[in-house]
This record gives sequence, C-alpha cells and structure tokens, in this order.
Amino acid sequence: MKEFRILSTSGILGYGFPEASFFAGIEQKPDLIACDAGSTDPGPYYLGSGIPFTNPTAVKRDLRLILKAAFDLHIPVVIGSAGGSGADVHLNRDLEIVREIVKEEKLSFKMAVISAEFEKEFLLQELNAGHIEKLGPAPEVNAEDIIASTHIVAQMGVDPIIEALRKGAQIVYCGRCYDPAAFAAEPIRLGYDRALALHLGKILECAAISATPGSGSDCMMGYLHENDFEVEPLNPERKCTPVSVSAHTLYEKSNPYILPGPGGHLDLSGCTFTPVSDRRVRVEGSKFFPEAVPSVKLEGAKQAGFRTVSIAGNRDPIFISQVDEILAGLKERTTTNLSADFDYTLNFIVYGKNGVMGKMEPLTETKTHEIGIVIDAVADSQEHANAVCAVARSTLLHYGYPGRIATAGNLAFPFSPSDIKVGPIYVFSIYALLRTNDPVSLFKCSFEKLGE
Amino acid sequence: MKIALREIAAVIRSKNSGPYELTFDVMLKDKTMYEKIREANVINEQVIADLYRIPKQDVLSIVWFPNALAVKATIVRPLPSGDIGERDVYGAEQHAPLMEYVFDL
Repeated sequence: MKEFRILSTSGILGYGFPEASFFAGIEQKPDLIACDAGSTDPGPYYLGSGIPFTNPTAVKRDLRLILKAAFDLHIPVVIGSAGGSGADVHLNRDLEIVREIVKEEKLSFKMAVISAEFEKEFLLQELNAGHIEKLGPAPEVNAEDIIASTHIVAQMGVDPIIEALRKGAQIVYCGRCYDPAAFAAEPIRLGYDRALALHLGKILECAAISATPGSGSDCMMGYLHENDFEVEPLNPERKCTPVSVSAHTLYEKSNPYILPGPGGHLDLSGCTFTPVSDRRVRVEGSKFFPEAVPSVKLEGAKQAGFRTVSIAGNRDPIFISQVDEILAGLKERTTTNLSADFDYTLNFIVYGKNGVMGKMEPLTETKTHEIGIVIDAVADSQEHANAVCAVARSTLLHYGYPGRIATAGNLAFPFSPSDIKVGPIYVFSIYALLRTNDPVSLFKCSFEKLGE
Repeated sequence: MKIALREIAAVIRSKNSGPYELTFDVMLKDKTMYEKIREANVINEQVIADLYRIPKQDVLSIVWFPNALAVKATIVRPLPSGDIGERDVYGAEQHAPLMEYVFDL
C-alpha cells in the first residue's frame, strides 16, 4: 500500500499558519489537505447566536492558500465544522468566502456541502422514538429544550464525507464534524485502516499542538501506511517525540485510552509510539470498535436572556475585609430598590478573592490590597438587564457598610460608560447522543460547481 | 518525606472536556518518581474531591497514562460551560489547587 500523506494546516481554520511550513508540506505532494474549525470550548454563544468564532479575514487568508495548492496538485480538501460551531449559518458564511476566492483566483472545483443542522420536528420525532440518549453529566434531553434551541447540530463522522468524495467532490465543506473525520474520510475511502486513519486524524486535527514546542497555528504532516502512521511537524523549529505525541491524547479528553466518536470508539491502550528520527514519530496498534447502532453527538444552544455588566475596582482595606457581606447586602438592596416585575439573575465576580474558581477556590482569606468586581446582570430583555445592572452599580457605589470612612464612593470605574451592554446570551441546551441506522443520509449533502 | 506536586511535575493543567466536564492533566518529569507516586496512589478520587471542595461522586475518573508519565483526573464541571454564573469558559485556569498539593511519600 502506497503512503498516504495528509497536510494539516492549523488547529482551527482561521488560526493562521506560516507560509514556509505550508509550502514545505506542499513540496512533499500531499494526497489531502484538511482542517477542522470545530470546538465547543469558546462556549455556547457562537452556536446559539449563529455568529462564527472564526474571523472571516483570517479564514479567507488560510483558505486561499489551501484552495490554490489543492487546485494545482489536483488533490481533495476537506474542511470540518465550518465557522467553529458548524450550523448552516456558519457554513454559509464560509461558503461565501470559498466562492470569492475561486472567483478571485480563477479556480475550478466540484464542491460538496454537507449540512449538520437539524429541523426541530425531526429531532422531536427522534426523541419520541427513544433515539436520543443522555451523554455523561449532561442533562436528559426534553422536548422543551429542542423547541427552545436556536441551532442544533450533530458531529458527522467519516461516512457522509466518504460518500461526497465517492461522488467526485474535490472540496468537501462540512458543517459540524467530529474533528478527526475531516482527515480520516479520504484514506478510509481508499481502503486504509479505519483505526489508524482516525487516530492520525485525532492528532492532525490540532495541527502542531502535539509537537514540541506545540502550536495550533503551524502545519503538521501525517504519513499513513498499511500498519502504522507517522507524524512530523513542517516547521524545523518543532519536533515530534514519543512523549509529545502520546501526551496529546490526554488533551481535552476524559480518558486517553478510549476515545468515543461517531459510530464507535478508538482504543489506544495497545498503541506504541516509536521515534523514527529526532523529529518524526511512528504510531502502531490503534484499534476501532464499532457500535451496534451508530451514534452521533448532538449539540444545541438556546437563548438565556440579555446581559449587562459593569467592571470596577476597590482599593479600600475596610471594604475588602467585608466584601462578602457587602455584596450579600447589595443583592437584597437591589431587590428592594428595583421592585422588578420581571425575572433576573444578579451575580458578582470578585477578582482578588475567588473570581476564577468560585466555590472551588480553596483559599478563603484574601490578602490582596485591591479587588476587581464584575457586576453581571441577566434578564429577559436588554432594557431589564440594563436596569438591574444600573441599580446594583449605583447602590454599590454609595453602599454604607460598618466602619466606612471613605464616604465619597466605593468603586473605581475604568470606563465611562460604566455599564457594558452585552446583548443576547446563550447556554448549551442539548448535549446528547442520537442513534441512527443511517449515518450517511442523516446529513444533507448538496453539490456545487465552482468556477469555469 | 513531604513532596510538592509542582516540584516534580513538568505539566499541571486544566481544560474542558466538552461543556460538562473539566479534566486535569499532571505530567511528571521523571519515570522513577512517576512510578513512586503511582504506587502510592497520591492522586485519587478523595484527593481531587478535597482539593476542589466537591463531593467525591463528582470525580468521574482518575486515569494513569505511563506513556506520557501522566495522570488525568476528570470532574463534573461546576456549571455547564458558559452558563449564567460562569467564571472560566475554557476551564483553563482551574489547576492551582493541584499545584499547591503537598503529600507524604
């Protein structure tokens, strides 16, 4: 079996990568260029609002290099999790960028576009049929959450991408995608071992993060063989070592041996990591165990109201020594001074005390000379959130506490205006498994002829 | 003798593992010390529960990973990522109690 070479450009499309690394990869004549943009790490806002967390100018820069090289080399490109969250609105933003580049550079491609977003009606049917399962500590899915969600996507596996490549697509542009699938689909289609292809994809999806020094914005090359694969970073300043590559399987996962994904799980417990050179590592022994009924992971987000925040500092030792009592009193005072006929949530984050860890913070006594306070107001409309924040802020500014001698004001505001209107906010509403007997046609695929 | 985890570790970090879990990685510098702390089981469910002031049942797993001289602990996130009341959306700044962890060996 011939060696199959995969060029991974960056951990997220739009993170950027050095041209020198990219062209060093292109010189090695890769068989595939792939990149995944997906992550739930930035939180629920981007999926919920439909706003991509990847920057359009940066995405266009990355894609231009990728598409021009793929056109010249006649090789496929697979992009996963468009715009980061992979709903149709994110996908469409990226597709506009692709069309612009094709026009500007006079390229020509057959492109497949695979949607990962679902109609609520379909998901309600699946819920009633018992096909939606609880996943880890996430709550059970109920019909109200489905109805309230603004976008619900599923992470596609390799199957719909393989189908699109089989039908002759040179570019496959995917909505939400299991990160390794963008890398593994083409080699699996060509008959390479599924476990090795997926494990290689798992490493390549973070680009050079598994090198040392690691980076999500530098290129990495994968070399897939019949019984093993190898990885090597394309920037001579980085190297892969058995420790750097094996340690990568720890990253952002609960268990480094068992990695569940669409259609089954990877078992890496029998893997060996061997140095091939001082910069390249060979991996063998990855195994894949298919599920009886394939599953895909659902992700949904819903609007949770509107937010207004105010940021201020305090440098008064008497105030700081009583800050917990003062903020508890402020919460009560805000209730009585506002007489709200709407629901709201008022939280305070106190930096210098437990701002980062909250209830998990083991240190109870603060020794700092100054603290930062974030007033966080969430309500059912922007105006209501503004009102809660305004009343809490003005009340705290002049709040009288025992022993107070700095009577002009309790807060140092860095900004005018002091209150920041954040707009609508979102929370994760669905995180669950959907069982399906048809992991291909679950995801709608359409084809588009680009260029002449 | 008293050992501080930060003195023997090459990496101590925290990060989300999905929006509902928080996972901690500790990687050691030295294989001999790794075998010793693994043998002594100095990172276990109760230790993590105590360090993070959470019930023991919220510690989902402790996995030792000798390939990387690593041990990984995963807990239920105090809140789903980005919920109202969130303090650390990425979960990347929750590692300090492990850094301060001192144990007998």
